[in-house]
Amino acid sequence: MNGYDPERIAALLRLSAPAPEGWVRAAQELPQARVGIAALVARAEEDAAFRSRVIADLEAALEAEGIPATPSVVAALRTSLTAD
Amino acid sequence: MADIATDAQLVSRCRDGEQAAWNELVERFSRYVYAICHQAFRLPPEDAEDVFQEVFARVYEHLDRLRSDDAIRPWIAQLTRRLCIDRLRSGGRERPADEELELAAVDEVLAGLDEALTVRACLDAVGDPCREILDRFFCRDESYKAIGDALDLPAGTIASRISRCLAKVRVELEGRN
Repeated sequence: MNGYDPERIAALLRLSAPAPEGWVRAAQELPQARVGIAALVARAEEDAAFRSRVIADLEAALEAEGIPATPSVVAALRTSLTAD
Repeated sequence: MADIATDAQLVSRCRDGEQAAWNELVERFSRYVYAICHQAFRLPPEDAEDVFQEVFARVYEHLDRLRSDDAIRPWIAQLTRRLCIDRLRSGGRERPADEELELAAVDEVLAGLDEALTVRACLDAVGDPCREILDRFFCRDESYKAIGDALDLPAGTIASRISRCLAKVRVELEGRN
């Protein structure tokens, strides 16, 4: 990797604009989201009515637990519930 | 110079369940993933956001399957590329006849982004205040005045600081060769 003049370095730096803060935060909160999903699934296993409510509206169930309902988190919850 | 964890160290700490390490891993690769979605594949924002979240969800889930902790960077690049292509195909926005040609152009952009990630790592190694000044100017497109106000520096000194900081990044880059 040779030939880095200041102009080249500047051009490469311009390629790395920050991702929107909210996206980064949601990705950083994934571990907590997984813990929240595990708790929801555990409760759904013991309470059929709760399970029905969760399945009827996955996004609302997540938001009620304070978990951001991003598509990947919703998909993870759906997978966990159907894997029971 | 700042003491920066290697990719392998970061992956290892993430595997141990350390939240701070996960935060740092997301921070380290967020610009890269965003740039692949946004600059290489030109996904619309809502699709780019979905792919961005899916990439990190899969990284989190499959970190144990990574053969070598050093391989996180090419793995993330490949994963992001594949998810972007899936997204384009599912939306029917890419015709098969154009696909090979378009993917060749994408690969060229990806090579540039990979190089940009290396420069970014050098910038992290150089540390503040250079990291802050160069990031604000080149990556966030802030003016000398805005940078001076934010960092409590005279705006008239920003240009010379940028020049000196670029020289430091260059030394760091050359040291890695």
